[in-house]
Amino acid sequence: MKILQRLVPVITGCLLLGVTANAVAQTIGVSIPAATHGWAGGMNFHAEETKKRLEAAYPELSIVLLTANSASEQANDLEDLVAIHNIDALVVLPFESAPLTGPVRNVKRQGVFITVVDRGLSEPGIQDVYVAGNNVEMGRVSAQYMKQRLSGGGDIVVLRGIPTVIDEQRFGAFMAELEGSNINVLDNQYANWNRDDGFTVMQDFLARFSKIDGVWAQDDDIAIGVIQAVRQARRQDELFIVGGGGMKDIVRRVMDGDRLTPVDVLYPPSMIATAMELTALKFISNAPLNGEYILGSPLITPENAAQYYFPDSPF
Amino acid sequence: MPEKYFAAIDLKTAGPFLALIALIVIGMLVNEAFLSTGNLSNILARSSFIGIVAIGATFVITAGGIDLSVGAMAAFISGCMILIMNSLMESIESSVTIILLAILASIGIGALAGLLNGLLTTKAKIEAFIVTLGTMGIYRSLITYMADGGTLSLNFTIGDIYSEVYYGTLLGLPYPVWVFLLVAVVGYILLNKTVFGRHCFAIGSNEQVALYSAIHVDRVKTMTYMLQGVCVSIATIIYVPRLGSASGQTGILWELEAIAAVIIGGTVLKGGYGRIWGTVVGALILTLIGNILNLTDAISNYLNGAVQGIIVIVAVYLQRGAWRKKKH
Repeated sequence: MKILQRLVPVITGCLLLGVTANAVAQTIGVSIPAATHGWAGGMNFHAEETKKRLEAAYPELSIVLLTANSASEQANDLEDLVAIHNIDALVVLPFESAPLTGPVRNVKRQGVFITVVDRGLSEPGIQDVYVAGNNVEMGRVSAQYMKQRLSGGGDIVVLRGIPTVIDEQRFGAFMAELEGSNINVLDNQYANWNRDDGFTVMQDFLARFSKIDGVWAQDDDIAIGVIQAVRQARRQDELFIVGGGGMKDIVRRVMDGDRLTPVDVLYPPSMIATAMELTALKFISNAPLNGEYILGSPLITPENAAQYYFPDSPF
Repeated sequence: MPEKYFAAIDLKTAGPFLALIALIVIGMLVNEAFLSTGNLSNILARSSFIGIVAIGATFVITAGGIDLSVGAMAAFISGCMILIMNSLMESIESSVTIILLAILASIGIGALAGLLNGLLTTKAKIEAFIVTLGTMGIYRSLITYMADGGTLSLNFTIGDIYSEVYYGTLLGLPYPVWVFLLVAVVGYILLNKTVFGRHCFAIGSNEQVALYSAIHVDRVKTMTYMLQGVCVSIATIIYVPRLGSASGQTGILWELEAIAAVIIGGTVLKGGYGRIWGTVVGALILTLIGNILNLTDAISNYLNGAVQGIIVIVAVYLQRGAWRKKKH
């Protein structure tokens, strides 16, 4: 028995080596955070979909998708992708920038083509391709809408995410864009990118301020909580809510011309698809690829909402 | 001797109430909106989730156990209720029947989950900390799996009717507050006026002695976990109608908040002594802190956690005053 147990990994190892050595196939490794919250759930969905699509379209490509629950787990995944799956290219959305810079650099040293998504590494020169959303633009676009909608001035409240760089960038750009306008930010509080906290914080804002003209919820999960709190207080006629991300429920409301959520600001979880498609091109085309791809954060309005609506996505 | 004894009990009981009154005064000073009926009813309704869970935790902790799985369990049961209601839509016409069935299922799942925790602790002889840490991970991943990493949403038709359970009021108070009160009264009677309650105290004080006193230690301990499970399901029954959704983020850190509420209220973490009304006050204190911080911009957002930490420690300091006196 013992001998058999020891042999099994050896045999499977040989098989794996055999397969990768003989096949002309190219392997792309994809390493992303697990679906622990709404946006990440959407990102996982798009990664799965793109994997299916690419493998069907290009039989010579095989894609290995691994999800991690922490930065250290993701570092282990990266080692496995190189050692076991012998990848030719890596698409990675780092859990955190700094701790994963080293592990990604190690993968690069094996001659692997590197695509980094969303969160940049702390060191330049490692990645071949960088695909990211634009948190600064997301904050700015949201503030521009506020200025346009409340051109005569007004009082707004801001619900923020989790204290992180992403939140700082969005909030900073939002406040900078509002500077000099006659829009008054009554207060801002963290709502941790979730519905329950969105509900609670908004309840308290409603109790505290008798006049609120607009709400920047920054995130669609927060926005769902805000909507319920506003309805409970029966104040849906006095204000409007700007969320962010592109959750299907909110996009649907925008599409239907809901008064309370007239617009949404995109921060697409499908950016992982962009990154995977670009990386696949590396093996099937001679088009130059290397460089940075910064996706826009357009305003989703009733007119264009249909193109951002994915009814099958969990987000 | 007897006088001293009474003085000690008095301070123990009064401690959490003093902290609560101090917080209410602070709230009034911070913002006049604090005392508005809308805000007060928000606070009461909000504290009912943690409060009900914490009443169950009072039994578990009094009997010398601990349950870390309650937050994940709440998320898991919420998810089950939503899936059950959505799937019954096709076969059953009446929304009210569907909601009642989901409530029954919720209580059943809660009791079973508690039974599992209890049996693993008592029969398999695994420490409660490890058992419930394990089940916490299991329920947390199950809800994430059930929701596909996203959010489960209740069907709107049912959601509209069910939402009355959270948003509706009786005599000016939201239903969740009544449920909270009812659970507290039943919990008080169970812990202080029944044999079961006395057995909880005895086991928490000294399990060996309780065993020699012919107390069915395993059975009583398992029942505390089942009681905890049922409390979680009751909290879930009033939580689901609020937002009509459940996700991997539902109930995050509820276990710590519930344990904190229990300890602030004067129950001893190592078991042997428990107070239901203290727990109720503990839950109110925790909710009040968050509410007051949202009502002021005098304190930087970045320091919210620090303020919460200080208040919790001060509240317990007040309440433990009696013990310090005893020693000297």
